[in-house]
Amino acid sequence: MFPIVECREIAKNVILQRIEAPRIARKRKAGQFLIVRRGELSERIPLTIVGSDPADGTVTIIFQAVGKSTAELESLKAGDSLLDVVGPLGLATHVENLGTIVGIGGGIGTAPLLPIATAFQQAGNRLVSIVGARTKDLIILEEEMRAISDQITVTTDDGSYAKKGFVTTALQELIDAGTKIDLCVAIGPVPMMRAVAEVTRPHKIKTVVSLNPIMVDATGMCGACRVTVGGKTKFVCVDGPEFDGHEVDFKELVMRNRAYLREEKEAMDRYLHKDGKCMGSAAPGAGTPGGAGKAVVTTGGVS
Amino acid sequence: MADVTPTPKAPRPKVGSIPRQPMPEQPPKVRVKNFKEVPYGLTPDLAILEASRCIQCKNPACVKGCPVEVQIPEFIDLVRQGKFVEAAKKIKETNALPAICGRVCPQEEQCETPCVLGKKFEPVAIGRLERFVADFERVTGVVEIPEVAPPTGKRVAIVGAGPAGLTVAGDLVKLGHDVTMFEALHKPGGVLMYGIPEFRLPKDIVQAELDYICKLGVKLECNVVIGKSVTIDELLAEEGFHSVFIGTGAGLPYFMNIPGENLIGIYSANEYLTRSNLMKAYLFPEADTPIYRGKHVAVVGGGNVAMDAARTAMRMGAEKVYLVYRRSKKEMPARIEEIHHAEEEGIEFHLLTNPLRFLGNEESFVNEIECQRMELGEPDASGRRRPVPVKGSEFRLPVDTVVMSIGNGANPLVPATTPGLGTNKWGNILADQETGKTNKKGVFAGGDIVIGAATVILAMGAGRKAAAAMHSYMMTGAW
Ligand SMILES: Cc1cc2nc3c(=O)[nH]c(=O)nc-3n(C[C@H](O)[C@H](O)[C@H](O)COP(=O)(O)OP(=O)(O)OC[C@H]3O[C@@H](n4cnc5c(N)ncnc54)[C@H](O)[C@@H]3O)c2cc1C
Ligand SMILES: Cc1cc2nc3c(=O)[nH]c(=O)nc-3n(C[C@H](O)[C@H](O)[C@H](O)COP(=O)(O)OP(=O)(O)OC[C@H]3O[C@@H](n4cnc5c(N)ncnc54)[C@H](O)[C@@H]3O)c2cc1C
Ligand code: SF4
Ligand code: SF4
Ligand code: FES
Repeated sequence: MFPIVECREIAKNVILQRIEAPRIARKRKAGQFLIVRRGELSERIPLTIVGSDPADGTVTIIFQAVGKSTAELESLKAGDSLLDVVGPLGLATHVENLGTIVGIGGGIGTAPLLPIATAFQQAGNRLVSIVGARTKDLIILEEEMRAISDQITVTTDDGSYAKKGFVTTALQELIDAGTKIDLCVAIGPVPMMRAVAEVTRPHKIKTVVSLNPIMVDATGMCGACRVTVGGKTKFVCVDGPEFDGHEVDFKELVMRNRAYLREEKEAMDRYLHKDGKCMGSAAPGAGTPGGAGKAVVTTGGVS
Repeated sequence: MADVTPTPKAPRPKVGSIPRQPMPEQPPKVRVKNFKEVPYGLTPDLAILEASRCIQCKNPACVKGCPVEVQIPEFIDLVRQGKFVEAAKKIKETNALPAICGRVCPQEEQCETPCVLGKKFEPVAIGRLERFVADFERVTGVVEIPEVAPPTGKRVAIVGAGPAGLTVAGDLVKLGHDVTMFEALHKPGGVLMYGIPEFRLPKDIVQAELDYICKLGVKLECNVVIGKSVTIDELLAEEGFHSVFIGTGAGLPYFMNIPGENLIGIYSANEYLTRSNLMKAYLFPEADTPIYRGKHVAVVGGGNVAMDAARTAMRMGAEKVYLVYRRSKKEMPARIEEIHHAEEEGIEFHLLTNPLRFLGNEESFVNEIECQRMELGEPDASGRRRPVPVKGSEFRLPVDTVVMSIGNGANPLVPATTPGLGTNKWGNILADQETGKTNKKGVFAGGDIVIGAATVILAMGAGRKAAAAMHSYMMTGAW
């Protein structure tokens, strides 16, 4: 059992949890993730390790409640326990002093970006950050990103906060201003990562993206997480999660992530209406009668 | 070999006068609708009758066919006398997991082939008898915990809790060592738990064996991926282990690398079976992990894994399940019993057929396989006749789910994170056949990770030899 020692909502439907997992806390490096399983019949869900404290043996995860499994995770409180936590998984980010790094976080993607950006900053790079979200309520970790960045731009699609526009608009402006960019790291919804890769491609700016396919074991045993990168099939859980954004077949990734839409919706509907009564605010998008939660059909556009 | 002087219960019949006793099983039409075990097992009367067929050879050929040399005539004679618990104990002298081996060993290639009765009549049903006594012992609740030697003060780490690792753990804990098993998944058992389906190997039987090993004092840490959570070198240098056994299995699914293979609905057998067995996806939505309940399912391959996937698809409500295999039935590596069960359950065999590419709909769901007919040419390296394509024989099979079961390679995680550990060109760890010693001092390996995807009993045999060598290494320090 892995006790949850801290639990708080850092934005709408976005939860931070600190979990006791000493082996993982000792070992993890920026870019790695873990798998959690809440109970006996639960799924194995992959989540990025946002931070860790080797001294007290805890790791921090930040997640958005988008479906049944994450909604269930959201309903847990400090003092509750997770049945299984395994990690650290995936390859650590390759960090070196390259010069100027542009770190782009879209929505919940800012959570996995934070440890990576921190690692690059500590390696002596100049860090230029772009943090974006659909709307003000969904901007997360702005303060933390600001603290490590040499320069930062915050954007909202709807203009409800800071600069109106997409993260790609801000990136294009940096490029147009003649900023010398040695590496771009973009993490967020798949369409965002794909758009960033298209902006940097003509300028030959190396662009790293972190992929979030559906996973089962996350040890390279099943192949559920396969994506095509540079024309070759890769297993994201062991070969990634980071890949060259100019080589990734994003279309395939989007499609594969939609594989279980029907089942996901069925699971969520059942969860919201457990025992015939609505679970109320314990679950995302549960406010509307009939339980047609908005979160149910959003694809896993998080990383 | 110890002499057995039986006090006969069943009179010894005339040689060959009694036919091999069939095992009662669920009829095909019923069992394709459930995940319950197919054979019910022998009754005590049938077991005694079957045991009475054995002629108690002085120089038993059957024993040589068994990779762990179960004392076959001895245990069978105990069955004949109705001494079932004693019979179980006899088997357990050399085989720690009889309830499992009795079910999944390819007996027709191992102990039963050389049985002398098989020359003129049918061989003694050794596997069924083994299964019977193990079940009897478990169900009657008289499983004895053997004595454990006094502590040696030596600590052993086992990487991977599959049959190889479990065997090493069981043997070494009995010798007084302090044993910890590290397992990457959330449940131990390896392929026994995540791969082989419930209808062929009920999970409560695997669990009972695991409980037994833990009762002996073996510690178990699940959710630890060696190479990621902690490395082999760290286990030895920092966590105070005196030796390590690597039994990580053959967990790297092969794909054909043909067009369309990443379409939705195309699974590796590992994924398909892991979802259904380990994650209990057949219970969805009670269990959270989903799986496609395809109507038209194609399974590509001809081994035990392919049979398991095909029969699982049938049980999840498929209308048609095709088995697509590029050679003929004779070359199929699956156990004869499993091929027979699959045929009885209505699985359609497309033999001498090879997929060329997969086609999908606009949402990227697979909907057709393009196949090609094959014919058998000259024998290849494996001695089996090589399939060669028949020109112009392409045709399409409409499907909504495909399971690729064309084999598994060695998972590179441990070798990649253990500097200096020797592997061959396929990534299998190099280990001495007799001792399991790798080229790294204190590190042993065995099972599928060394010999490639093989069998439960071979993994156990390797574990047994490694355990003996590890014991001697730890007690003498001599490498
Ligand atoms: C390496 C990696 C790191 C991740 N890090 C984070 C993170 O830090 N924070 C965060 O909020 N999310 C993260 N995710 C995504 C997270 O795993 C999914 O949001 C979660 O599994 C959804 O489960 P659900 O039952 O709540 O939603 P569902 O309703 O089941 O699915 C919603 C969407 O999530 C995706 N998804 C479903 N099942 C899985 C699965 N088994 N594995 C992966 N994706 C799945 C699908 O695209 C699906 O459309 C990460 C994913 C990966 C692969
Ligand atoms: C579907 C299927 C059906 C089969 N049917 C039969 C049959 O009927 N008869 C028969 O004799 N054989 C059968 N086999 C083959 C048999 O199951 C294997 O040969 C046998 O299980 C090998 O045992 P093992 O201990 O070497 O490895 P495994 O059983 O593969 O166990 C390895 C264990 O190590 C764990 N592991 C891997 N990497 C790590 C790591 N880095 N850190 C920690 N743990 C790790 C894995 O999670 C797993 O639990 C079948 C195999 C499959 C897949
Ligand atoms: S362990 Fe397997 S091969 Fe050996 S006697 Fe038992 S069934 Fe036969
Ligand atoms: S070879 Fe056959 S008849 Fe002889 S001892 Fe073995 S099982 Fe009995
Ligand atoms: S999740 Fe199974 S191989 Fe990556």
